[in-house]
Amino acid sequence: MNSAQTLTIVRNTFREAVRDRVLYNLIAFALIMIASALLFGEISIGIQKTILLNIGLSSISVFGLLIAIFLGIGLVYKEMDKRSLYALLSKPIRRSQFIVGKFLGLNFTILVNTAFMSLGLWAALFYLTRGFEPQDIYIWEAIYFILLQLSLVIALCLFFSCFSTPVLSAVFTFVAYVIGNLASDIRTFGELTENPLLGALTTGIYYMLPNFSNFNVSSWVAHGNPVEGSVILWNTLYALCYDAILVTASVWIFSRKDLK
Amino acid sequence: MAAIEISGLSKDFLVGFWRKHRFRALDRLSLQIEQGEVFGFLGPNGAGKTTTLKILTGLIFPTEGTATILGKPAGQPEAFLHAGFLPENPYFYDYLTPQELLDYFARFYPLTPEERKRRCDSVLDQAGLSDVRGRPLRKFSKGMLQRVGIAQAILHEPEIVLLDEPMSGLDPVGRHEVRELILQLKAAGKTVFFSTHILSDAEALCDRIAILNRGKLVGVGQISDLLRRQAGYDAVIECPSPEAIAPLAPLAAKPPLYSGGHCRVQIPEQELSRFLSLCQGDGLRLISLNPVRLSLEDYFVEVLRDTESGRAPAAAS
Repeated sequence: MNSAQTLTIVRNTFREAVRDRVLYNLIAFALIMIASALLFGEISIGIQKTILLNIGLSSISVFGLLIAIFLGIGLVYKEMDKRSLYALLSKPIRRSQFIVGKFLGLNFTILVNTAFMSLGLWAALFYLTRGFEPQDIYIWEAIYFILLQLSLVIALCLFFSCFSTPVLSAVFTFVAYVIGNLASDIRTFGELTENPLLGALTTGIYYMLPNFSNFNVSSWVAHGNPVEGSVILWNTLYALCYDAILVTASVWIFSRKDLK
Repeated sequence: MAAIEISGLSKDFLVGFWRKHRFRALDRLSLQIEQGEVFGFLGPNGAGKTTTLKILTGLIFPTEGTATILGKPAGQPEAFLHAGFLPENPYFYDYLTPQELLDYFARFYPLTPEERKRRCDSVLDQAGLSDVRGRPLRKFSKGMLQRVGIAQAILHEPEIVLLDEPMSGLDPVGRHEVRELILQLKAAGKTVFFSTHILSDAEALCDRIAILNRGKLVGVGQISDLLRRQAGYDAVIECPSPEAIAPLAPLAAKPPLYSGGHCRVQIPEQELSRFLSLCQGDGLRLISLNPVRLSLEDYFVEVLRDTESGRAPAAAS
């Protein structure tokens, strides 16, 4: 695979997102963050910082999820539907490069997006506390986990967008996200029922869908607690493996698809 | 080596709600297009022209058969180093300008930055887009997008250019420019394979044509060979009144046209000797007699009619 060609697709995917004015939601987000900091500084005593970090990290996660789904569902489908792919795929590139380029391009878009939102949170934190404490650095661990989570969401969107419409892709991805966040609870529920069939089903769901709950550390770091290095390593490997499986499946489907 | 070689190419689409029924869009098509040829691909809507071009460009996969471009399997990246493609009714990223789009596409070829810029500038000029190179494509008309499509197809100076309905959506000036461009490509020794509905363009540009109907090849050959057959004679006769030509009327292929003491009659070849014996005397005088050659449109209609009625096309090979 020619990496310069793939990089060209990555760059164009990012350019498309920027010109779609998606990144401009950042300004609104930053304003909301600062307003929250001012508001909570007024009405909370003692826990202003915890509340700010909880709301801030949740906002980054929710905004990121919306952007990832909104852009991800159209990654492949929009190009097929509008037929812009016809001219692109008649260049000396492979379909796999298109899929990988699109995946990396949207990941880069989300990375830049999240970086801007995180800076907004950091600025709001500084405004509230007038300085930083050593444990504030743990916020970046939570942000890193949000990025891993969003990378999985992008991979799911890409996978679904190879064979279904944007609306269905959005529904499938959102359902997978919700179930993935409840994966551990669903598995425990299956075990508690003592029904072998239900137990097997919930265990199957647990292993098949990405376990998003592994990445939820926002509350933990908002209270000034660090995330263990081994957890960071395993979650990184888990997300990379899952991404690789979904992107490979997307390439497999897309490489066999007739573009009518 | 042939520029394009198509051998026994078929394409079935699964149709219906459960996709259980097969629809054969292309049926065992075999064609060979030589290097340096301008080859026209004609046929009514739904004949399989775009399906063939999509297989050649790897957008869809054949059910059976093979296609190669300069010996390389069609649709493979290696084939596209030597071939450019204009899709039918092209659509491009509307957030880009023509210059950005061409630069984006040029990056997929092994070109230096200087060469890339030179090629982009050159095709913008060739396609008449220099003045609008910085305008977003979302503001472009259909005809302007067609020009952008042609520019990106010839961006890397390919040896083979595949054009799907290149005149579609163009005004007369635009059509003229595309025709000129195809002639320029031919003069430069390039192979041009294009589908079209506009028979006059095919007649003016093509060395050879193929006619496709319902997925089957029904005629192929050099235009001069296909149109060599005479369709009869066109005669102009001096006559005192319309009644004077009444004896000739049964011989005419179409009703005679009388105007100002002259009458124009179309005579089938087999009636020529009888016509000549009758048109002297009774105030009649033969002014001119010219053979009528089949136009491409006549040939096209005749071939389609023959295939619809199950007869073998007269000039198909």
